[in-house]
Amino acid sequence: MANASAVVESPVAPVLPDANSAGRLHRRVIIGLALVLIVAPFVVYPVFLMKILCFALFACAFNLLLGYGGLLSFGHAAYFGMASYICAYTAKVWGWPPEVAILAGTLVAALLGLVFGALAIRRQGIYFAMITLALAQMVFFFSVQAKFTGGEDGIQAVPRGRLLGVLNLGDDRALYYFVAVVFMAGLLLIYRVIHSPFGQVLKAIRDNEPRAISLGFRANQYKLLVFVLSTTLAGLAGATKAIVFQLASLTDVNWTMSGEVVLMTLVGGLGTVFGPILGAIVIVSMENYLASLGAWVTVIQGIVFVVCVLLFREGIVGLFSRWLKQPL
Amino acid sequence: MLHGGTAASARPLTISGEGMADDIILSAKGLGRDFKGFTAVGEVDLNVRRGSIHALIGPNGAGKTTCFNLLTKFLQPSRGQIVYNGRNITTMKPADVARLGLVRSFQISAVFGHLSVLENVRIALQRRRGDNFDFWRSEKVVRSLDPDAKALIDAVGLTPYLGTVAVELSYGRKRALEIATTLALEPEMLLLDEPMAGMGHEDVERTSALIRRVSANRTVLMVEHNLSVVASLSDTITVLARGNVLAEGTYESVSKDARVIDAYIGAGHA
Ligand SMILES: Nc1ncnc2c1ncn2[C@@H]1O[C@H](COP(=O)(O)OP(=O)(O)O)[C@@H](O)[C@H]1O
Ligand SMILES: [Mg+2]
Repeated sequence: MANASAVVESPVAPVLPDANSAGRLHRRVIIGLALVLIVAPFVVYPVFLMKILCFALFACAFNLLLGYGGLLSFGHAAYFGMASYICAYTAKVWGWPPEVAILAGTLVAALLGLVFGALAIRRQGIYFAMITLALAQMVFFFSVQAKFTGGEDGIQAVPRGRLLGVLNLGDDRALYYFVAVVFMAGLLLIYRVIHSPFGQVLKAIRDNEPRAISLGFRANQYKLLVFVLSTTLAGLAGATKAIVFQLASLTDVNWTMSGEVVLMTLVGGLGTVFGPILGAIVIVSMENYLASLGAWVTVIQGIVFVVCVLLFREGIVGLFSRWLKQPL
Repeated sequence: MLHGGTAASARPLTISGEGMADDIILSAKGLGRDFKGFTAVGEVDLNVRRGSIHALIGPNGAGKTTCFNLLTKFLQPSRGQIVYNGRNITTMKPADVARLGLVRSFQISAVFGHLSVLENVRIALQRRRGDNFDFWRSEKVVRSLDPDAKALIDAVGLTPYLGTVAVELSYGRKRALEIATTLALEPEMLLLDEPMAGMGHEDVERTSALIRRVSANRTVLMVEHNLSVVASLSDTITVLARGNVLAEGTYESVSKDARVIDAYIGAGHA
């Protein structure tokens, strides 16, 4: 595609919409999203919404790394799941308040990301993906063996507690608004990262790493930073999920969870701000409403994935973005 | 680990012309590189005078691009030493070499495809801020670089394409964008790998004029196949064949060298 357009150049140069008009559109979408989040629990079951929000944040964090950093991690379950365990354990066994337990889980995901990122970042492409997968498998086996994770049972009956000692999160609607705020904060942070001086350099490295290096940018440091940002936010999503479902289990550290987040991101639209949110809605809804079909859900997800890749590579939101001729 | 290196970018941008005829800015001694037993570059000695335009020519596969990769540390040398501005850079990292003012272009056009022309040049200007790890700041802070970026874009005739995504540009314009991006760093020394390959006649002329203009206060080492461009632009020519220096001198002396003629004709028949 690149070559074709380079040869046959249209007389009127295709022009990127200026940053201001794209910014205005994004602001509208974000405000619209916030309004939807406010009224949603009056229409849809709050626990289902919270599940979507946790996975949407997870997918957005993953997309920051792959869509904007060009780094395919195939082990993001490690950060999501480990944060979930830490949050569940500190809240249940040590009796930490929910906000502190979530922060603890998030922090552990950040540190894990720093160590694993430093190891993986030296390799490119498929080797990078394989190292992240291998490291995540180590986390999985650790979770199976370690005492504190509760093995096959996981950590159950995690208390939801009181937010800041005041708000009773045992109430689904109260918890929902807390989760919605966490999600929006995460989304806004990601949006800012993408549209920061750092984000500009990141996109340059994604597009052409040797060239970015030749301009004097130490590419590995940028890649490590975005890796840690991504694992931190994945951790925030996992820790929040532990409070929502009062449970941390092996499912969340399993490699299938790493695959699921790839699926959500690609179906929704890789490298778009809002795509992973839609991807999470589609995948989580399928799991929920098709649950009666058992193992067939996986097959259907596989078909959806193949159809997406074949028909619209840029994902659902990527398709919209092309129609609107605006980045979304 | 994520600390800045702004000190390295504080380097002199201009050089005074007088009495520097023999001042060597970049020198390589016995520089070589093997790939699994195959010697791409044997033992190259190269001395580039400050302020000169130095051309590196030779048949395809002679090792010119590999030399550039070695000099800018994109490849580790198997042997030899590189000294830039009196400093041994043999073991340095490529990004740090660039920060010393030794900046290269690539044989295959290297632009940031999904960024606009303006953003491409502005990325290079962002180096002025040192490291750009500030992910919490709005990109509005880099818009102050726009006027300078626009001036550079104007110098290469790309003003009508300011908002165009780089991947949409024609080949010649991509190369022009690359030059503008490289110049944004105000490098003390430029390494250009076939800057005019694939360009039409008009672009070649504009680019030669641009190279001549920018070489006024910097040093240029370039690989180029267009011999008339080499003849008109360069002060010194080094001819490379099979990874070794075959001849060196002015265009007149080199073009009469029997070994050089042999190498070119030999390669033509191979
Ligand atoms: N990464 C590499 N691995 C193996 N061989 C290489 C590599 N890079 C270059 N070569 C070989 O080194 C020789 C010199 O290549 P190059 O420097 O690109 O030549 P030039 O730029 O003069 O045309 C060629 O034979 C090429 O095949
Ligand atoms: Mg070459």
